[in-house]
Amino acid sequence: MEINTFLKNFADILEDTDAALIQQETVFRDLDEWDSLIALSLIAMADEEYSVKLTGDDIKSSNSLNDIFEIIKNKA
Amino acid sequence: MKANIQAISYYLPEEILSNDLINQEFPEWDIEKISSKTGINSRHISAKDEFSSDMAVKAAEKLFKEHNIDRSKIDFLLFCTQSPDYFLPTTACIIQEKLGLETTTGALDYNLGCSGFVYGLSLAKGLIAGEMAKNILLITSETYSKFIHPKDKSNKTIFGDAAAATLISAEKGFCSIGNFVFGTDGKGAENLIVKQGGMRFPVLEDNEDIKDEFGNVRNDKNLFMNGSEIFNFTGEFVPILIKGMLEKANLDQDQIDLFVFHQANKYMLNYLRKKIKIPEEKFYISMENCGNTVSSTIPIALYEALKEGKLENLQHLILAGFGVGYSWAACNLTIE
Repeated sequence: MEINTFLKNFADILEDTDAALIQQETVFRDLDEWDSLIALSLIAMADEEYSVKLTGDDIKSSNSLNDIFEIIKNKA
Repeated sequence: MKANIQAISYYLPEEILSNDLINQEFPEWDIEKISSKTGINSRHISAKDEFSSDMAVKAAEKLFKEHNIDRSKIDFLLFCTQSPDYFLPTTACIIQEKLGLETTTGALDYNLGCSGFVYGLSLAKGLIAGEMAKNILLITSETYSKFIHPKDKSNKTIFGDAAAATLISAEKGFCSIGNFVFGTDGKGAENLIVKQGGMRFPVLEDNEDIKDEFGNVRNDKNLFMNGSEIFNFTGEFVPILIKGMLEKANLDQDQIDLFVFHQANKYMLNYLRKKIKIPEEKFYISMENCGNTVSSTIPIALYEALKEGKLENLQHLILAGFGVGYSWAACNLTIE
């Protein structure tokens, strides 16, 4: 599992955010576009791309995209 | 003995909550973008003095009128709601009186949400098969808007109020009701809940409003939905439900002409559709003008599908409802 692929997958969920802003250390919650629907898209992406069930608590306890990446990696 | 769906009608309250109105209230929100994902452009909201029995009566009167149904032949009333008029009496009894149904009519309420319509069909089929009733009026009616906090933009955007009335008879109708599969997992109870107002937790006047991580405001007497948990639940259980349904009905997935799921929101439905590998043209979505109306989404979708001729020349349909409880159910319909 590659961090760069994950970041690209995450950037693909977003519509109005510059892909350059999507970095390992990005605090996803601070993105203007972040909302409950993007959270669902993230859960769907984890399932479709990595067959991982990402929970609401996983997202809640994470800050950076790298945190999410690590959770998915550990569950994969 | 076969049970058949004879007719469906539905009622939407007058007041419309449009995207524009939501945008005025929450200007920081890009509602057009949200709507393109949820597939919902407007929702109907029950009036302050309009409750689930009132909407039920309007839906049933519409059913009688639109389909020229003689109400005196109805011998059983099933009423599905989670927002009843009272703790007691049974709302179905009030509806019987308001509709002028015979006093020989059996009537009961049952409390289910998104799985409620499919459950109602199963109860109706059982009543017919057991020769306990011949013409069953099934009404689903919800006023979730009354549970939702005025500042809870997520739930306000998704849910709408509505009632639907369906006549199920032993006589031949537009389709026959086939087999059923059910499922329950009370572990999910807390993820979609109105906590206060029942016996366990009476409504407190000094409730504190809580803001969640997405900026939605609510307190414990309001509707609470943990979106990500509900999303994960459906992703896990709905594919299993459909697989079980196909086995029970002894049908292959490609024999199914149309799937009509509980219309939760377009984003979730498309996620489920792709996961179950259902082609787009065999998957009906209709909630643009009414939103998620809980137990009425499936009858509303069936009504719209019939109206636009979508069911012509089709044979096998599968209905699936899933949500609050958690509770889920599916059945197959055959158009003869």
